[in-house]
Order: sequence, then structure tokens, then C-alpha cells
Amino acid sequence: MAMSDGRDEPANGGDSQGGDDHQLRVSKIRSGTVIDHVRGGQALNVLAILGIDGSEGEELSVGMNVPSDRLARKDIVKVEGRELSQDEVDVLSLIAPDATINIVRDYEVIEKHRVDRPEIVDDVLSCPNTGCITTGDEPVTSQFEVLDDGVRCAYCGTIVREEIASLIDT
Amino acid sequence: MRHDHLITSKQLSRADIETVLDRAAEIDADPSAVADRHANRLLGLLFFEPSTRTKMSFETAMKRLGGDVVDMGSVESSSVKKGETLADTVRVIEGYADALVLRHPKQGAATMASEFVDVPLLNAGDGAGHHPTQTLLDLYTIRENAGLDDLTIGIMGDLKYGRTVHSLAYALTNFDARQHFVSPESLQLPREVVYDLHQADGAGIREHDSLEEVLPSLDVLYVTRIQRERFPDEQEYQKVAGEYQIDMETLEAASDDLTIMHPLPRVDEIAPAIDETEYAAYFEQAHNGVPVRMALLDLFLQEGGDGDE
Repeated sequence: MAMSDGRDEPANGGDSQGGDDHQLRVSKIRSGTVIDHVRGGQALNVLAILGIDGSEGEELSVGMNVPSDRLARKDIVKVEGRELSQDEVDVLSLIAPDATINIVRDYEVIEKHRVDRPEIVDDVLSCPNTGCITTGDEPVTSQFEVLDDGVRCAYCGTIVREEIASLIDT
Repeated sequence: MRHDHLITSKQLSRADIETVLDRAAEIDADPSAVADRHANRLLGLLFFEPSTRTKMSFETAMKRLGGDVVDMGSVESSSVKKGETLADTVRVIEGYADALVLRHPKQGAATMASEFVDVPLLNAGDGAGHHPTQTLLDLYTIRENAGLDDLTIGIMGDLKYGRTVHSLAYALTNFDARQHFVSPESLQLPREVVYDLHQADGAGIREHDSLEEVLPSLDVLYVTRIQRERFPDEQEYQKVAGEYQIDMETLEAASDDLTIMHPLPRVDEIAPAIDETEYAAYFEQAHNGVPVRMALLDLFLQEGGDGDE
């Protein structure tokens, strides 16, 4: 996984791949997905929530705490060779509600959209309630209903409003 | 009532509740009319936690409908002890029985178990979660004694861990009921329950730390046990629990028509002197478990079964 602090790469990110705030120095990708405007410090959570850890050989670039006009400091994640669907990225709204998704082909952004709050997220978060049936050895995947200001376990009803990233099932 | 399973009182509409209570009243009035109604049908009892009233009243209810029960027995003597998952256990036992009753220490256990079975599954308590069959017998008792509309009810004691309280509170949002929750601060309703109650019926919910200010206005006082293990030390427990016990002196401020309920077992939160008064409805409440569970089994076995009507 190529890591970058966003400052020492050639300035070829450009406006087309998420460098609209300042010259962004994370490597440009040929084809894949750029997740931009992630709140500073959340990039690794973005990867965790998407289940991407580089173990399958994915080519990733991650910029963290890059100066941004919109967010002061933002993270940016580029996934080479994989176009993430709207359903896949909507779950990011829980931890990166301002994220923008750029689908890139042949170095050009061919699609750009925001993340929408899904109604339900499956198999992404772990219930923090140790008395919940999903925390045992049962063959059940977690499911959370997404509320306006948090998430709620579909099994035990526990509501989590803060630090949702800490529930990411890794 | 069109439900595959009974998991939480939240799933019940007012019409659903009235269907069950009306059926229970019919059965209560003439139990002999249903004595053979579910002959040859079997109810599977899966109690992963101790139970006296709930388990025995389900067993009684099924037998009074002409059916019988198959009982998993205690966890210690079952395959659960060998590490079997709940999902496997319910899938095996659904092959033996026409309906299942489940009590389990984990919250959400009944929801999960219902995803693995086709026969009706009735939740008889899932950890600190829900206990909808208790709620229906509570509602039946309230209806018989005070009526369910234009009702002012006080619910007192351990509101944090008491699943009967959560289930009852949700169900009462279907009716014109003002709910007063009385508890020490450390045992107040969980925030998620308050959230739901406000979503359903925000105007009808009030929380208090003392019974005194609401007692005179109450039609029903529903008392629950404050458990010793919820407190860090004995002294703290004694101090708090003492404030939430009622005796004849407490009731001097109450309406003459007050109905006192308790899901039982009680320890010392209701003085024995109250047992013989017109206020006491808690033993009647426990007895109502049979006609109400007969009504539930009848409704679910009809819907999930061979359509014997």
C-alpha cells in the first residue's frame, strides 16, 4: 500500500482526482475510485469500513490530514482498479458524511457523486452491547438501522450516536 | 392478527392487542370450549434462563388447549452445554413442535432465532430486551381493572433492566395512557427506550424520582423489583430500595380505585398487608397469564398451522 503525506508527490492529482482544494500530491490513478473530502484522520476507517486492507493486492494511495478549503484537513483514499458502487460507498456516510466519490477511467473522472445515508448497514459494525445476541458465536451478521443522528442495532436496539468508527468490524 | 412470530410488543398494533385480549376474555369466560382445540399439537419450550410463572403458564395454557409440550430442560442438561448455537437448537426443535417459546439471556435472541425457523416463535424474554407475552397479560389485567383508555399509570422500580417495563411502555403508546416512570436516577429507563417512547408518544411520558408527586393521580401503579446486584454496596441498595417500597401508609395518598400490579416475584417492595386489599391485582395478574397465553397460542397455531377453523 502506497502511503503519502500528500505533500511530497508530484502535483498530478489535479482537480480531476480530488485535488480541488489545494494541489494534491497523492498519486493519480489510472482507473478506479477516489474517495475525497474524508474528515481528517478517518482514511483508515474508510478502508476498514469498505473491507479493503490491501491483502488482496489492491493498489491503494492514502493521503492523511491534507490541507483542504472545505474541511481544513482532509483525508483522501484512492483505490486503483476497482469502481466502488453507490451501495458500497453509502456506508461511508456514517464516518465521512462529506465524502465525494470519483470514478476514474483512463485518468479521467467519469462520474462524481456524494455519499447518501443508507437505511440499514449490514455486517459492517459490531454491536457494543455485550449482552446482544450478535456478540456471541451465533451465525448472524450484525445489522444496524441508520438514524438521523446515529445507528441502532437491529437485534438488541442499542443506539450509538458517537464514535461510530470504533464499532467498525475489522 | 397477522404475524409469523411474537418478538416484541413494538410490533403490536392496538388492533392486534385487542384481538388477543378479546380472545383471552372469551377463553377466560368458558375455558371448556377450547379444551380440545389443539389436541395433538406440541409446543416446544426453550428456556435458557430460569422461569417459574412464564414457563408453567405456557405449559398450562397449551395443555388446557388439549395440546402438550416438549421441554428442552435446563441448559446444564442440554446440548447447549456442548456448545451448540441457539440457531442450531431452534432449527432442531422446530422439527419436533408446532410452535416454540424461547427465553434467552441475550438481547435480540428471539429476533435472531425467528430468522431460522418457520413455526411460530414466541419471545418469553430476551435479556434486558422484551417480554411481550407478559405485556399482554399486564394489559389484560389493566383492562379488567382500570380500562386502557384515559389511563394514568405509574411504573416504578428498576426501569433500566426491567424488560417487562420496556415492553409494557411500548404497548401503552397504542392507548390513551399517561405514563409516569418512577425510579432512582441510576435505574431510569434506557435512553433508547425513552427515544422510542418519545417517537411514539412524546407527550404521554414523564420521569420522576419520587412516587409522592404522582401517586394521587394514578389509576394503576405497576411496581417492579429493585435488584440488589445493581448496586455497588448493600448500604446504597438499602437506601434506594427503601424509597421505592409501598405499604398501607404510602397508600393513604392514593385513589381508592388504585390498582397495584407487579410482574412477580416480589421481595419486599409491596408490603404483605396490601395483599388482602382491593388495591392488589398482582396475583390475579399472574393467573391471567394462562388465558392470555392460551389466546396467543390459539391465534398463532391457527395462523401457522393447518387451519383447523
